[in-house]
Amino acid sequence: MTKEEILNQLKPIVAIYLPEDVSKEEIKPESDLTMELNINSAHLVDIVLDVEDHFDVAFANEDMESLRTVSDAVEIIYGKVKSV
Amino acid sequence: MGIQNKRKRVVVTGLGVVAPNGVGTTDFTDALREGKSGITFSQQLRDLNFSCQIGGVPIISEEKRGEYLTNLELRNFNSNGILYGIIAGMDAVKDANFKIALKKEEALWDTGIIFGVGTTSVEKFRESIYTIDEGNTRKLGSSTILQTMTSGVSAYLSGLIGAGNIVTTNSSACATGTEAILLGYERIANGQAKQMLCGSCSDGGPYVWAAFDTIRVMPYAYNEKPERGSRPFSESAAGFVPGSGAGALFLESLESAQERGAKIYCEILGGNINCGGQREEGSMTAPNNSAVQKCIKLAIENARITANEIDYINGHLTATAKDVVEIDNWCKALDRNGSEFPFINSTKGMIGHCLAASGSVEMVASILQLHNSFIAPNINCEDLSPAILKLIDEDKIIRKTKKVNIKTVAKASFGFGDVNACIIFQKN
Repeated sequence: MTKEEILNQLKPIVAIYLPEDVSKEEIKPESDLTMELNINSAHLVDIVLDVEDHFDVAFANEDMESLRTVSDAVEIIYGKVKSV
Repeated sequence: MGIQNKRKRVVVTGLGVVAPNGVGTTDFTDALREGKSGITFSQQLRDLNFSCQIGGVPIISEEKRGEYLTNLELRNFNSNGILYGIIAGMDAVKDANFKIALKKEEALWDTGIIFGVGTTSVEKFRESIYTIDEGNTRKLGSSTILQTMTSGVSAYLSGLIGAGNIVTTNSSACATGTEAILLGYERIANGQAKQMLCGSCSDGGPYVWAAFDTIRVMPYAYNEKPERGSRPFSESAAGFVPGSGAGALFLESLESAQERGAKIYCEILGGNINCGGQREEGSMTAPNNSAVQKCIKLAIENARITANEIDYINGHLTATAKDVVEIDNWCKALDRNGSEFPFINSTKGMIGHCLAASGSVEMVASILQLHNSFIAPNINCEDLSPAILKLIDEDKIIRKTKKVNIKTVAKASFGFGDVNACIIFQKN
């Protein structure tokens, strides 16, 4: 799976958790999930759970700690999908 | 004395209800007027070998859920009690035509919430405990906390409204709803808040009701005719039928209501909350009669009326052998009996005993009757208890919908732990 494919599949997962005043067009690779997209930090956990189900991967605690932006998520998923 | 003289007058300007026989005040009023039962048979209770396989569960469509909660909030949502509370609470706010705070605005510092529960989100707890025991704690999802914290319903409502005064959840078994309303009343009367959204909610289903089945306080003989099962005032009353739902009142100071030009249903004149201390005949499950009588007497005193002014009583009356004891307590507390006794009913014949939600659902029922000038029928008491008839006249026990202009009402609720609450309210 390419990084672009991962990004395209990740966007709708993230979109579910956007607050009402943020549109899904604002989801860019460089977007900070909590600071820019205003996603409630508790919901980061829910996004990871959805990502794990969708891509059939597991995030370690260290992965959670390095997760800030959309592209961070893409990189983490890419690393895990590739190594399978 | 100073505080008594200075206390603010408190009125009810909004109502919301989720009851087994009607969701929303329009449907609920119609159901009350028609004497419509909301008690149904439950296959789930039968499959789980319950003795009592009937109960009262409000019907909420998927579409209706979506009107109150976003798709995101509904993900992994499994808390009917909270859902009922949100629907009743937001309906009461809307009925009061009260303007909620927009997300970017300041919180409403003068508006508070006291919304009670008995136990909360049992289904969500069950689901979570299975997940945890399977070693999958990390898969719980973030909303588990919101749904399983006791104050969850108040927290959801506060977020929807922007309430910035006290936001809390009370709990006193089956007196919870009545207590919530009195606590909110006091807050406004004391000048500490201008508006209070008060009420209570209760989940239904096997995990809430099971232990009541165990202690044999629910009827087992009506599984084939569920709508006949809840029988307050009846000689054949054989226990309470469990119910679930939520009721909510929007209370505000008379000044606030007048400033906003709000419609006023009635004025809360006062009330009392006490506990029998599980002394005398009181126990964890039975009331201390002196405490019940004291609660009613002090409520009347606090309301600054006389016992003779009460036109109508909405009783606790769950349909057990204790119904007659309750009537006796009312007679003694009011010093009225026979033909001098006020009109009385128990709406539990139609909706069952909604436990922690009972007080608030029945307060809404009482106010709707007061507002629409009728008293709903006590259903399923064609065989009136002879012991009750020794205390009060038959025509005081309303069995056919009665059009009548009532003015002053007493509502009481009693709960396990020997707790009591009584409210007095009046139409102007």
